[in-house]
Amino acid sequence: MTLLEATGLTKRFGELVAVRDVDFVVGEGEVLALIGSNGAGKTSLVNLVSGLLSPDAGRIAFDGADVTRTSVHERIDLGIARSFQLVNLFDALTVLDNVALPIFAREKRTRRLLALADRDLDVREEAMQVLTHFGLETKGYATAGGLSHGERKLLDVAVAYALAPRLLLLDEPTSGVSTREKAPIMDRITAVVRSQRISAVIIEHDMDVVFRYADRIVVMHEGTVLADGPPAEIREHPQVNAVLLGKAVHARG
Amino acid sequence: MRPAVAGAVVAALLLALPYVAAPYQAILVAYGLVMGIAAIGFNLLLGYAGLLSFGHAAFFGVGAYAVAMMHKYWGTTSMEAALAGGLLASAAVAAVFGVVCVRYTRIFFSILALALSQVLWSLAFKFFWITGGTDGLRVPTPVLLGGLLGPPEDKIGYLSHRYYYYILAIFVAATALMWLIVHSPFGKALQATRDNETRAEFVGIRVRRYRWLAFLISGAFTGLAGALWAPLNGLVTPDILYWPFSGEIVFLAVLGGFRTFWGPIVGAIVFNYLKTYAIGYTVYWQFLLGAVLIVLVLALPDGIVGTLKKAWRPR
Amino acid sequence: MDTLIINVLNALLYASILFLIAGGLSLIYGVMRIVNLAHGGLYAIGAYVAAWSVGLLAAQAPTGVLFLVLPVGAVAAGLAGTLIEPTLLRPLYRRAEEYQLLITFGLFLVLEDVTRFLWGAQPLSATTLWAALGSLEFLGAIYPVYNLLVIAVGITAAALVWAFVYRTRFGVVLRATSQDRKMAAALGVDVKRVYLQAFTIGCFMAGLGGAVIVPSQAAVLGMGVDALVLSFVVVVIGGLGSLEGALVGALIVAFVREAGINWFPEIELAVLYLIAAAVLLVRPAGLFGRA
Repeated sequence: MTLLEATGLTKRFGELVAVRDVDFVVGEGEVLALIGSNGAGKTSLVNLVSGLLSPDAGRIAFDGADVTRTSVHERIDLGIARSFQLVNLFDALTVLDNVALPIFAREKRTRRLLALADRDLDVREEAMQVLTHFGLETKGYATAGGLSHGERKLLDVAVAYALAPRLLLLDEPTSGVSTREKAPIMDRITAVVRSQRISAVIIEHDMDVVFRYADRIVVMHEGTVLADGPPAEIREHPQVNAVLLGKAVHARG
Repeated sequence: MRPAVAGAVVAALLLALPYVAAPYQAILVAYGLVMGIAAIGFNLLLGYAGLLSFGHAAFFGVGAYAVAMMHKYWGTTSMEAALAGGLLASAAVAAVFGVVCVRYTRIFFSILALALSQVLWSLAFKFFWITGGTDGLRVPTPVLLGGLLGPPEDKIGYLSHRYYYYILAIFVAATALMWLIVHSPFGKALQATRDNETRAEFVGIRVRRYRWLAFLISGAFTGLAGALWAPLNGLVTPDILYWPFSGEIVFLAVLGGFRTFWGPIVGAIVFNYLKTYAIGYTVYWQFLLGAVLIVLVLALPDGIVGTLKKAWRPR
Repeated sequence: MDTLIINVLNALLYASILFLIAGGLSLIYGVMRIVNLAHGGLYAIGAYVAAWSVGLLAAQAPTGVLFLVLPVGAVAAGLAGTLIEPTLLRPLYRRAEEYQLLITFGLFLVLEDVTRFLWGAQPLSATTLWAALGSLEFLGAIYPVYNLLVIAVGITAAALVWAFVYRTRFGVVLRATSQDRKMAAALGVDVKRVYLQAFTIGCFMAGLGGAVIVPSQAAVLGMGVDALVLSFVVVVIGGLGSLEGALVGALIVAFVREAGINWFPEIELAVLYLIAAAVLLVRPAGLFGRA
């Protein structure tokens, strides 16, 4: 079952074509890695799908419905959520509130002015559950600004996950994290995503991580899709090797 | 338990004040409480939405002028009717100004709010045959609760007892309401828009709409304060629509500490004393206030309550 | 016809003063990203110091010399700026911009009372200079020569500032700092010094505005507030941080105001603020501003 289907997607920034005529498909429950060198157009593609940017050409369909021109909010309601490459949290709020907010918003309860947020036990309980999924349950009452970098990266994903999306777009969930910490973070994320049968698009630079966790890999280069297939196929893809994998694969061998 | 004890002591003091202190003192505190309502209204924007309005004199002034003009043109004597009018007028103005202002943040928001408030000031100033111009409009003592409290008494007695309690009751209700609002899911969403606008959009919060609603509520609270202030002061002049008065409202919040809920209230009461005594003591009271503000910004940016909080609990 | 000419000349006179004040305000914002609420106070200082110096020398010196004394007001305002920037503003550059707005508001209150303390509540004027030049018949209209001189000063100032910003080395440094402070610092620009210079020049311009107006209009308490509020309108219309914007904004405000005084005095100010608000809605950064 196809969940997301983008066809002929193009985005220009003045002279620069960030995304050029890209066809891009995500299946239901699939964990897909989006790779490519800096400036390949990965983040732009995620921005187009999440609604932060609007494409110059092409069409995006989500679950069969055209969402090319719909607002960020409508896409969230349909089930598209995202995290950010640079940690993007509500630093002055507690960890629990960071996760409770998307739940309030999802349930349309942020319109409530005359109820105490902390007394909404349904939301609190669900928020606590989300934190437990991500191993942050002991940090609920710390402020988000006070967490370690690795914890913040996880919380960033948890905030998007709390919207109960069908498609989760994760822009480098392990950027800036030490190699040692990467595996536990990715273990958490993929375990949660797979157990809930959420589709995930993960932008990642570390090839070890990509090959280990992804069902399928899309390789972008200079705004276009260079290759698209299961990890084994991508590993042997001559062009991909030439353009960006060569060094990483050999280093491992 | 300590905050509860402190709260009980403050409540007892406020309740007993008209009976233990000179009428003048009670009236002074009444001014402080009224400015406290204006300050918590203002601080919903600065402290919780991260928007510094340099135009809140507009809402205070509209609230006060509504009361004065209802009396002058419609002969309204009921304070409840006057309050409703003041609230409605200031909320309406805030709703319109808000649509314009919340399109911006930071310095542009501040200056736009200032420019719009100046429109009202210039109108009040120029249309003197309606507004009394710089002479202002007189506001006699209104009838409270439909005369339930008995026959009228002399003005000082009225202001220091009956009207004092009236203001105190509304102050308590307004504070409780604001406390609820900032601790509601809406209040949390507002703080989220303050901390991180982009992410707030991406967790499904419609940032502009929430800011607009906060602007409306903020303006209405400040307008309510203006409406209560009008009979207390007895005279409404364009000064309360002029931008330095907006600056005073900002001052209250910063003095008390705008990152805390109670700070602006403490700031309002302290500022009121500071200003009253400064004016009584020297003609150069503006200098004194300005110097205090400069010292605050340079040395005590957390304000009174914020600094005390830190001192109590180091880290 | 002759009243129309007088109206136009009045508007130009007014635009000259407004450009000097608002141009300084805009220059400071453009380089330092600070909206200086105390700017009107510096304009008032320029006017008071100029009037006071002229008054001091009026008995001894010939009128011609007195004209040369006027710029003392501008120098005083510039000096005040040189003192204010390093002591009050410099500690705040790393803090939230709310604090910068607040400290200049505190400074505004302080300056108001400093002028009151030094020169009292009585208006201070230097009418001798204005009277000394007499009037001129100009296309059938009789107009004070001094006012024409002020217009000339305004035009010269605009030309000088333009040449300074676009034709000198220092102008390049100034513009680079305003574009990207970090980049400028990395390229070896002494940002601290540029800030001090920009603030001083901005204050000097405001002081010059006050100094040249004082022979035709006495220095009074509260003149700073009025001037500040109008220069806000100017920079909002023209674009905060843009000198071209300050010039165009000053002309728009001056002409609308002159028209307002004659034809719609009640809503003259309201119209100005509404124009400012409308410009912000259509072009948030003003007519010449960068977003």
